[in-house]
Amino acid sequence: MDSRSSTILIAPALAWLTALMVVPCGLILTLAFFRRGIYGGIDYTFTLENLALVFDPLYGSILLNSARIAGIVVIIACAVGYAAAYAIASMPRARQPILLFFAVLPFWSNYLIRTYAWMVLLNREGLITQMARWTGYSGEMPQLLYTEGAVILGLVYSYLPFVILACYAPLSRLNPEIAEASQDLGASGWTTFRRITLPLTLPGIAVGAVFVFVLSIGNFVTPALLGGGQFQMIGNVVYAQFLTANDWPFGAALSMVLIAVMMVLLLLQTMAVERGTRADA
Amino acid sequence: MTTPITTLTAFALFTVLTATGSQGQSLTISNWDGYMAPDAIAGFTAETGNAAELVLHATNEEIMGKLIASGGQGYDVVFVSSPFAEILHNLGLAEPLDHAKIPNLANLYPEATKLAHDPGNAFSLPYAWGTTGLCYRSDLMAAAPTSWNDLLSPSAEVTGKTTMLATDRWLLGAAFLANGMSVNDTDEADLAKVRDTLIAAKRTLLAFDDTTFYAKLVSGEAVMTQAWDGWCNYGIGENADIKYVIPSEGSDLWVDTMVIMAGSDNKDAAYAFVNYILDAGNHRWAAENILYKVPNKAAMEGLSPDLLTQYTNMAITPADLLKYEQLRDVGEAQRAYSRVVTEVMASQ
Amino acid sequence: MHSPARQNLMLLIIGLTFAFLYIPISVLIGLSFNEGGMPTAWTGFSFKWYGELFRNADILNAGLNTLIVAVCATTLATILGTLLAIGIEIRRRRGRALEALIFAPMIIPDIVLAIALLSFFSLLKVPMGLHTIIAAHVVFNLAFVCAVVRARLKSFDWSIVEASSDLGASAWTSYRRIVIPVLAPAIVAGALLAFTLSVDEFIIAFFTAGAGRGSTTLPMQIYAMIRFGVTPEINALATLVIGVSVTALALAQRLNKGALPGQ
Repeated sequence: MDSRSSTILIAPALAWLTALMVVPCGLILTLAFFRRGIYGGIDYTFTLENLALVFDPLYGSILLNSARIAGIVVIIACAVGYAAAYAIASMPRARQPILLFFAVLPFWSNYLIRTYAWMVLLNREGLITQMARWTGYSGEMPQLLYTEGAVILGLVYSYLPFVILACYAPLSRLNPEIAEASQDLGASGWTTFRRITLPLTLPGIAVGAVFVFVLSIGNFVTPALLGGGQFQMIGNVVYAQFLTANDWPFGAALSMVLIAVMMVLLLLQTMAVERGTRADA
Repeated sequence: MTTPITTLTAFALFTVLTATGSQGQSLTISNWDGYMAPDAIAGFTAETGNAAELVLHATNEEIMGKLIASGGQGYDVVFVSSPFAEILHNLGLAEPLDHAKIPNLANLYPEATKLAHDPGNAFSLPYAWGTTGLCYRSDLMAAAPTSWNDLLSPSAEVTGKTTMLATDRWLLGAAFLANGMSVNDTDEADLAKVRDTLIAAKRTLLAFDDTTFYAKLVSGEAVMTQAWDGWCNYGIGENADIKYVIPSEGSDLWVDTMVIMAGSDNKDAAYAFVNYILDAGNHRWAAENILYKVPNKAAMEGLSPDLLTQYTNMAITPADLLKYEQLRDVGEAQRAYSRVVTEVMASQ
Repeated sequence: MHSPARQNLMLLIIGLTFAFLYIPISVLIGLSFNEGGMPTAWTGFSFKWYGELFRNADILNAGLNTLIVAVCATTLATILGTLLAIGIEIRRRRGRALEALIFAPMIIPDIVLAIALLSFFSLLKVPMGLHTIIAAHVVFNLAFVCAVVRARLKSFDWSIVEASSDLGASAWTSYRRIVIPVLAPAIVAGALLAFTLSVDEFIIAFFTAGAGRGSTTLPMQIYAMIRFGVTPEINALATLVIGVSVTALALAQRLNKGALPGQ
């Protein structure tokens, strides 16, 4: 296709991103090469000590742990989200936007309120316990809140609609006729799914997984509230450098490495998806 | 398709035009929610004729981040805790105070004018002060706690039912005091010891909680918590079995202050505001309603004695308060503190 | 048509998913009517918190600001993001740098973007207000919209568009008549995503807001008010937001019969 029209189409967005992301963030990230001033300002002497500090095992282990938790969240959220998106896409066309609307509606309330609602449900004397008591159960309830499970639950909950929306996009193409044609020709439902639906919609799952992973890894409110502050995610650490420690240079260094790592993972994933969709085309 | 776009673009332009014009003339004050009387702004405007608006910040760290990134633009008066006021001063963002413009300064206790972070009130005015200690349910504990170690190495009875403050300085403070060190200690070996104490303590905690620990005490989910004295009062108000104690190793003296920003365009109005707040009647509101001690002699003397008996921590004298060490900005050592906290929080 | 068993399975999946999504919502709606205000005990049905809410000018003001920010940011981001998605997908050669640039807004930690923009705006002496929040929100929103729309475009058959231009249609007509309608569900999904992100975003809004009350958004207000836990007023507010949105949808349905894809 015409590469000139491509350039015209992408120009406005790229200009916006350059002016309002690349330049400002670039300026802040260069601080990684300077020192933190005594009072928290910047001491403009060149140093690589911040970058070196990022590779301290402490931060590596926190990053791995965050990635592990984010990974679990991705698996659960994508499984549930894809199923939900598939179900929505198989509803009558007119109903689909309405269902999507209701899927995101809870998330127009407020993040903290929803999290506190979960705390009300999950705490030791909370609603779930009370309901259990009400049905006659009188033993000791297992600890639900302030556990890693609660954090995972909170993260899955928060990002499920994003997966649904992402998976829905390619699924919206789903033509019931293709599936019927395939089945008329003798293929089982599962084969139809595997050979036609899945490759078609793989980009959607990939995008959804990216959303959930990226958003989970940077999230620090959920671990603080539902985890009782006992699970340190890499998001907390970056936040702490900029705001609590007033150490912008180290925060910048940490962010730089984090962005680089994530970028590599994402680019690898994009290549894998391209290969996956092309293989069955 | 195009009509909605046109309408929305017009809407957007309208917003831009209206949004830019709203600043400049009135005083912008940033404070925590509920920390001043709801009618303080209105009262101030009525009395002095200066327009003012209140905006909120949830934590010191956030407002400091904003002030440092913007060079202090846009705000006229901010309420921050004392170590942060020090930082503002060191970065040149705080206005050096002209005491002639603050006659109500005379209302303060003499001790409040000799605070370690700002002797002589060169750049900050104390608004509220207090201690950090243990807030606990006396009916659910066999014996009253007397030491920070009762929290850090809890007995079987209270294990899993305790909380600690998540904010860096106070989290570390408990361990510093328990180990007999200064709350502003920067020695590496001492920090390592504190880290180990806290990692061990973390395993016995229910949660880290800065804001709802008193609700946990009321519901019985927690039995002993690290708490600021003013916050403990909210719990006491709901359940008379809740008590506050300063452990034998001591506490820190925390001070929340008012700072006038050097970049303010309305300095005279800002002075009028801080002076208004330091008025005995106005300042007393804070003591009576949010149950914090205020460093204002004239205000505290007007308090009803019932308040002092119900909330025993309100009755501590300024002389006693000053026995405790104030949290100071520790400069470069803040990095080491941050690292220790990260290690503690990340430990399993 | 599909078998009824399959239909039922689909409905069951939707039902279970939505039940999960609405569990905390039902809790907070319930609590908003709780006389007592503390979540520990139900003391009776009452509208009093809604009354309190309407008397609180700060919350209402913040709510309006949030709506303005979300609508403007979503509109801009949807347009820019969709154009970006189409523009990228029609390129034969997409450099790694371009891909990286589009991913970047999602990966950059919010606090970095927040501080970077505030420092940048202050450096350039740009007056801050709702417009700076909108500008900041568009940055990450457009990346999300672009990603969602691209997911649909990956399985788009461009030969139809080529045929159309072979037959003499201009590029603009081809896009307007062929590409956009097919993309419509994905664009709607992207827009919903962007709106949801904006409406509940705190840290970037806080930093790029400028100092006055005129640029306080709801998340900023609620976050600051949450010192003592959630007040029932806030639960009432959340319930109201949901109620108003549902009403708006019902109205939109009524007015737009025929405009939504598939009707």
